[in-house]
Amino acid sequence: MRGREWSRPVRPARREVLSAVPQLEEGRPPLLFVPGFGHGAWAFAEHWLGHAASRGFPAYAVSLRGHGGSEPAPEATLRAYAHDVVQVAAGLPRQAVLVGHGAGALVVAHALARYPARGAVLVAPVFGGWGVLGAALRRNPAGTLPAVFGGPLRLSRGQLFSRELPDEEARRYVGRLGRAGRRAQWALLGEPEAEPAVGAPPVLVLGSPDDRVVPASTLTRVARRYGSAPLLFPGMGHDVMLDARWAEPIDAILDWLEKEPAGH
Amino acid sequence: MSTSTDHGRPDPEATSSGLGSDDRPVSDRGDTVCVIGAGASGLTAIKNLREHGFGVDCYERETGVGGAWNWRHDRSPVYASTHLISSKPFTQFPDFPMPDSWPDYPHHSQLLSYFERYADHFDLRSHIWFGTEVIRVEPAEGERWDVTTRSTGGYGPERTSRYAAVVIANGHNWSPKLPRYEGLEQFRGEIMHASSYKDPAQLRGKRVLVVGAGNTGCDIAVEAAQQASRCWHSTRRGYWYAPKYVLGRPADQVNDSLLALRVPLRLRQWLYHWTLRLTVGDLTRFGLPKPDHRVYETHPIANSQLVYYVGHGGIGPVPDVARFHPYAVELADGREIDPEVVVFATGYLPRFEFLDASVFGDSAGAGRPGLWLNAFTPGHPTLAVAGLVQPDSGLFTLSHWQTVLFARLLQARRDRPERAAAFGQRVRERAGERYSGPVKESSRHWFEVGHADYLRAVERALVELEGK
Ligand SMILES: Cc1cc2nc3c(=O)[nH]c(=O)nc-3n(C[C@H](O)[C@H](O)[C@H](O)COP(=O)(O)OP(=O)(O)OC[C@H]3O[C@@H](n4cnc5c(N)ncnc54)[C@H](O)[C@@H]3O)c2cc1C
Repeated sequence: MRGREWSRPVRPARREVLSAVPQLEEGRPPLLFVPGFGHGAWAFAEHWLGHAASRGFPAYAVSLRGHGGSEPAPEATLRAYAHDVVQVAAGLPRQAVLVGHGAGALVVAHALARYPARGAVLVAPVFGGWGVLGAALRRNPAGTLPAVFGGPLRLSRGQLFSRELPDEEARRYVGRLGRAGRRAQWALLGEPEAEPAVGAPPVLVLGSPDDRVVPASTLTRVARRYGSAPLLFPGMGHDVMLDARWAEPIDAILDWLEKEPAGH
Repeated sequence: MSTSTDHGRPDPEATSSGLGSDDRPVSDRGDTVCVIGAGASGLTAIKNLREHGFGVDCYERETGVGGAWNWRHDRSPVYASTHLISSKPFTQFPDFPMPDSWPDYPHHSQLLSYFERYADHFDLRSHIWFGTEVIRVEPAEGERWDVTTRSTGGYGPERTSRYAAVVIANGHNWSPKLPRYEGLEQFRGEIMHASSYKDPAQLRGKRVLVVGAGNTGCDIAVEAAQQASRCWHSTRRGYWYAPKYVLGRPADQVNDSLLALRVPLRLRQWLYHWTLRLTVGDLTRFGLPKPDHRVYETHPIANSQLVYYVGHGGIGPVPDVARFHPYAVELADGREIDPEVVVFATGYLPRFEFLDASVFGDSAGAGRPGLWLNAFTPGHPTLAVAGLVQPDSGLFTLSHWQTVLFARLLQARRDRPERAAAFGQRVRERAGERYSGPVKESSRHWFEVGHADYLRAVERALVELEGK
């Protein structure tokens, strides 16, 4: 019963969707990339979309409302973000694989309860909880503390990228970061448990043991929840899709999809 | 999780053959499930069964998906102006939302495109045999079923395949229910059932009598008010005409806010009456009969325009028809009117001509199956009906959960037989249960369910089946 959801449907918002599709349709499932808080679809358009397309996977990235080129939405909730993802996924020509990064992985986990995805990939998942907050406070108190009181969350270069990424590039990316809705940020503190995924899709969890936003223990915990172990890429920062060795994780994801029954 | 019918069109030829009850050759489809009909209910049955790992063969007599909402189908009841009467959140499948850009009450052509997209998105068409009609469904050994098909229109040979289970999703809005009236055969004007009403041009400039106050009857009366030279609307009793919007929001959403808060029926009725008094006002002032029941006691009529056109004189409310004369219609109050066209919006009756009525526990042949949750048949654990409900809301959410429940039941038969047996016991004990307030017992209300009560019952059944 979803009486409350039905009687108070999420208000529509204009969404930015960027895409790269292969020249030849090879029957591969479409991928939908969901950026984390503060990031927009641009974060995937930089490298991953084109790379996935070059390997035959139609690739799309959505900017959650209030992010990137989507409509401003300061009061957005986690539910509204999940709604955005499900709307875009259902609009794709075929059953999609959802790929969420950071808090986008939590949004994907919630979307999976409303849309039977072909599969899901959780990249450096930020599932919230006091542990993650504690770690963030320790590493970047000035950027994190205001968020606790409804202010913006500012992630630093050191949290997001490895030293291998040229400084200029890193600064450009950090400059593009926006902020998530206040209510959605707070939702992270409560660690809202997502309902079980519909259609029992295969789920892959990956990240870096050197991620300074998501501790390795979190990666293991999230992976265990989906009955697997995390795939690790040492030496990378939180933003694996923008970091210097961005090709490794996306290739691992695509390899996994090709092997999974869901890949065909 | 795949089975033999995973890719491409189903091909019963490719499986082993045996002999049926009367020595006909039967091709054995193993664990595959048969779905009859590719309307909304059939499509969601295919999708959910596939999602639970079952192979599916679906037979559809028409050449496309969408059932009632595909206006190209010869049995489609929709007319040019049909819009949904349930708003989007209640109408869409719970795991495949309609686009944000669509209006609250989409047009029938949008609904068809929605079903076509659903079929493509989940790759359902490769499991459907189009242009193929199911003409017989008979129980076979081991709680399996022999399904006999032939191409629509009766060409080609018949062919029988044996299935592990069957979902009947043949719809119940295509076989017109026509009332009998004295003198109807002698009437010289034009007579049609709402199922053959397609376009307001059919009414233009004519004197029209619309019989029946279901949603369809009211819609057609409103069109006649704008197109015909005169329109009478005959209703047997008084109804509540609920506006599609209250407080600037779709009325069903406002109503469900109250349901979600578990406001008791009495209080909801009182609130509803009060809202109607504020918005629509006293219906008898318009010459409409006073409702003889409280709201929520019959299928709701959502029509914001009917009262408006009555108020403009475009629609003349009249009582029941008493008898027909060659050039006139006599009404229950003795008045005579002279329509050129009579539209019977008198509803539909369910038909299952491919199935022996006794399978459904309807040995009297009255046409009303005795089912639990309007879906499960006592004594036949591998048979389910999808979509045989008349909800006070959208139907597709209900078909979705019905077919999820059936898929889980089939899984339980394999993995946890004791659970499946307990389920079978409940079906026997509780067949015929109702899920709505005190409704009238006419065939119009046979399948009436309150969506909240009904979904709670399905949810309970799921929990009982799966409980740890
Ligand atoms: C005018 C009108 C307005 C409506 N408005 C709404 C609304 O707003 N909201 C709502 O939820 N519902 C509405 N309904 C109810 C409508 O019936 C359902 O929405 C829906 O169409 C039911 O879907 P279904 O799949 O159960 O049946 P159908 O759509 O009737 O599909 C049944 C399918 O089975 C096929 N079939 C039948 N027999 C056989 C056979 N022997 N062999 C092979 N194939 C077969 C048919 O060709 C058809 O494609 C409305 C109905 C009407 C008439």
